[in-house]
Amino acid sequence: MAFVAFGSQAPAKEQGPSKTSRVALFLLLPGLFYLALFFITPLVSLIITSLKAPSATGDIGRYDLGLEFGNYVYAVTQYAPQIFRSFSFAVLATVIALAISYPIAYFIAVKSRNRPLLKGILLTLVVAPFFISFLLRTFAWKQIFSNDSLVVNVLKDIGIFGADSYIIGTNFAVVFGLVYNFIPFMTLPIYANLDRLDLSLVEAGSDLYASPSKTFRKITLPLSLPGVISGTLLTFIPISGDYVVASRDFLGGPDTAMIGNVVEANFLRIQDYPTASAISVMLMATIVVLVSAYVRRSGTDDLL
Amino acid sequence: MTRFSLGKYLLPTYVFLTFLFLMIPIGYTFVYSFNDSIKSNIIWRGFTLDNWLNVCDQAGVCGAFGNSLLVAITATAVSTVLGTMIAIALVRYRFKFRSATNLLLFLPLATPEVVMGAGLAAQFLDFGWTKGLTTVIIAHVMFTLSFVVVTVKARVATLDPALEEAGRDLYASPIQVFWKITFPLLLPGILSAAMLAFALSFDDFIITQFNSGSVDTFPKFVYTAAARGIPPEANVVGSFVFIVAIAIVIAVQVRSAMKKRKLLSK
Repeated sequence: MAFVAFGSQAPAKEQGPSKTSRVALFLLLPGLFYLALFFITPLVSLIITSLKAPSATGDIGRYDLGLEFGNYVYAVTQYAPQIFRSFSFAVLATVIALAISYPIAYFIAVKSRNRPLLKGILLTLVVAPFFISFLLRTFAWKQIFSNDSLVVNVLKDIGIFGADSYIIGTNFAVVFGLVYNFIPFMTLPIYANLDRLDLSLVEAGSDLYASPSKTFRKITLPLSLPGVISGTLLTFIPISGDYVVASRDFLGGPDTAMIGNVVEANFLRIQDYPTASAISVMLMATIVVLVSAYVRRSGTDDLL
Repeated sequence: MTRFSLGKYLLPTYVFLTFLFLMIPIGYTFVYSFNDSIKSNIIWRGFTLDNWLNVCDQAGVCGAFGNSLLVAITATAVSTVLGTMIAIALVRYRFKFRSATNLLLFLPLATPEVVMGAGLAAQFLDFGWTKGLTTVIIAHVMFTLSFVVVTVKARVATLDPALEEAGRDLYASPIQVFWKITFPLLLPGILSAAMLAFALSFDDFIITQFNSGSVDTFPKFVYTAAARGIPPEANVVGSFVFIVAIAIVIAVQVRSAMKKRKLLSK
């Protein structure tokens, strides 16, 4: 029925507000109600859970409502290294992914602009990793870099590695895996932005005798900044909560656990829901601060 | 002169090498799907088609794959309908609380999966719901919805309202206008949104792990198996999905390239 009403509407600008709102509400409400019920209230549940106290009966995994702000203190003091490591890994991996991805996005969007076939092939290759489970891809790296692998043996033979050096389980392996998994997330938004870049502006720069590097720094780069920002958010946020790459069964080791690993272990293994929730709430709060800084800069209409 | 030619070849070479790098684990997974392994699939022991021909012999792989398909299809259907409605409303209508709506739609895109997963799981605990296929589907509709909105919204924005107006001028009923004009024009956008939602749902692991209880999906199967070593049958499923997805992408691109050529030759 919503579509019946939709069909009878003229474009937004010509409509009286009251008539419009009713149709708009009909189209919006089911989806927004869904998000309220399964996205917003879970965040509230998370906050409530983060303040719960151990059950009076002492059963494992049972908690009573409470206002235990001490849960947050416990989480921070207990897991400070993991929290710090998560953000360092996320910053490092995001910066490296940006450095790797920008030239690729530039090549696809600008250098291949007049070659639709090449552009199509390259875009397909960028998204190709999405089509194979990221767990399988990450596990493939684990095997490629495993202790008796060709890579490690060659590094030992040419003397870069000592006899008992290894890759898997190190910080390097985890950051490497994170960068690998998130290159497409960084490349696509930058590509989408550069694809709309007006090349006559770049030409104008060179007409005015600016060197190619100056034209890039003064024209191309500033214009592509929105793409860089979305790519950075799309990379940084998932990395900060990831726990597959840093897991011991994948590229991580005993000293690489990130926030996600802590939440997983506390929530799903030892059933310490309050601690897991307190850490999640703090992670979410950090992300909200980051995003609102972004919103203040660009407004909400550019978000979607 | 040297500098010029260096710059000319440097970027293409770099791009080529990076793509090679991106493809390494995909090629590895594919090659090792043919490995004649006994216990673990780490050392190459020879070529065999057995893993491909008898995929389901490996306990759990096919069941997990089936669950993933079921979840992805159901979640995609629901989130595509809900998301398309929202996208139309966002572009075509004025309403109050627009920025609150934008924010509500954006937040799931900006929330780490582990937070969404733990939040929903905490809520299901509070409600006393048993985790299973239903809770996984609920979770997947939630996190794919905003992606559908973004994708369809881009398409609605390119739609010329004059086309619908023309329909109305010719006395088409509102239902006819929607199904004969609006919907066919939106279809490419709706289809790509559905494909995106399907891919996201099918490959999701973190949110699924928090909300699936004892139900296995394919990514969850791989994660659990990783502790002992992933069996080659999992590589088979992964490679198979990859081939199907790439075939679809290529078909879509060839079709749109042919359409463009047709338009140009006219």
